[in-house]
Amino acid sequence: MKPAPFAYHAPESVDQAIELLGEAAADAKLLAGGQSLVPAMNFRILQPSVLIDLNRIAALDYIEPSDDGGLRLGAMTRQSAVERSALVAERVPLLHQAMPLIAHPQIRNRGTIGGSLAHADPAAELPVAAVAADASFVIRQNGSERTVPADEFFQGMFTTALGPQDLLVEIRWPGSPPRSGWAFQEVARRSGDYAMAGVAVRLTVNEAGECQQARLVYLNVGDGPTTAPQAAEMLVGQRHSSELVAEAADKAAADEIFPFGNLHASPEYQRHLARVLTVRALNAAWGQAAAI
Amino acid sequence: MQPLHKVRLTVNGQIFERQVEPRLLLSDFLRHELSLTGTHVGCEHGVCGACTVLLDGQPVRSCLLLAVQSDGHELMTVEGLAASPDDLHPLQQAFWEKHGLQCGFCTAGIMMTLLPFLAEHEQPAEHEIRHALSGNICRCTGYQHIVDAVLHAARPS
Repeated sequence: MKPAPFAYHAPESVDQAIELLGEAAADAKLLAGGQSLVPAMNFRILQPSVLIDLNRIAALDYIEPSDDGGLRLGAMTRQSAVERSALVAERVPLLHQAMPLIAHPQIRNRGTIGGSLAHADPAAELPVAAVAADASFVIRQNGSERTVPADEFFQGMFTTALGPQDLLVEIRWPGSPPRSGWAFQEVARRSGDYAMAGVAVRLTVNEAGECQQARLVYLNVGDGPTTAPQAAEMLVGQRHSSELVAEAADKAAADEIFPFGNLHASPEYQRHLARVLTVRALNAAWGQAAAI
Repeated sequence: MQPLHKVRLTVNGQIFERQVEPRLLLSDFLRHELSLTGTHVGCEHGVCGACTVLLDGQPVRSCLLLAVQSDGHELMTVEGLAASPDDLHPLQQAFWEKHGLQCGFCTAGIMMTLLPFLAEHEQPAEHEIRHALSGNICRCTGYQHIVDAVLHAARPS
């Protein structure tokens, strides 16, 4: 249970890191928080011949307000810093709600926002929050930069739009329109375990309390963040009622998620959880949106 | 063998400098290079908490850090708690009085998790303590006496 040998680099700038990546490409792994990568290396599931440690690049650690009422987060910002940030709580409440659900405090002290998103574990909270919040990903490689929206960034299990020479540098989280509500709900066997199922809800209402837009994104019931656009569509133009919420939850749980089941939960139980959590999350988010 | 990298760090107030392979885990560095065997190795994938140490005051999994990453940083391990064997840290004293350990394998990691927690929460409620300890697994105690020890340590003096 020890890593295989590798060449180690600890660049101090983004440019240096990109240059090293360019040289090593497919043989290299980027080390961010290490809370998923190092276990894999300890088990020798992964044996990169080159490790590029990003932890000395201070320039990637920031939480900055953006002009649209949202935020720009440097990819190496620690999850614990995001969790404690008043700016995040105020501008991206969905992200603020997701943070304490991630693993344990000790993990969040090293884990980074960019690392978790780049890893794209289907059971992870941050990818689901990113899709639900319409985040976008700023990716740099030698001589160029591009921005990818969340629903294009996540491409499958542990698979993203990041190529072997790409470095994720920033994640942008838009501000929310007025009269918006958010909820992130999940159920795990023990506090801090991977959730058996979870859902992130974002919705906006008009002055009459009618839903204008809604987003439902599920955790651990597919090969990545799993959206339920048909259930969301059922809500648009409607006022809140428990019947409507139950119908939308039934629709999402029955037709729009694809749970595989695992050691802790059968697919049927995951569907059941998804249905229950959708009702709770929709009620919480709608109540919040309409109350403003 | 790979090229060695220098690591110079402070552990429990003392400066150490060594040359290590980059793949050497911090947990193994502490135990084998520095002979600080108070930090224990349980799962080596970050879930059991036995290896928890303080890095620049923050509890982290030493099994998920490479020793080379600690270059220039300050660590605290369980050995840094007691001034001497006769002068236990109040948290250690509370664990002693409330039978908060049996085999002791998880205890160091629990101590290091609790130090910053108690610094931030002077009068923690039981559910807050249990939540704070959710990242530390104990096979022996069933946690009740651990919680008792923390409540005892945090009691108003």
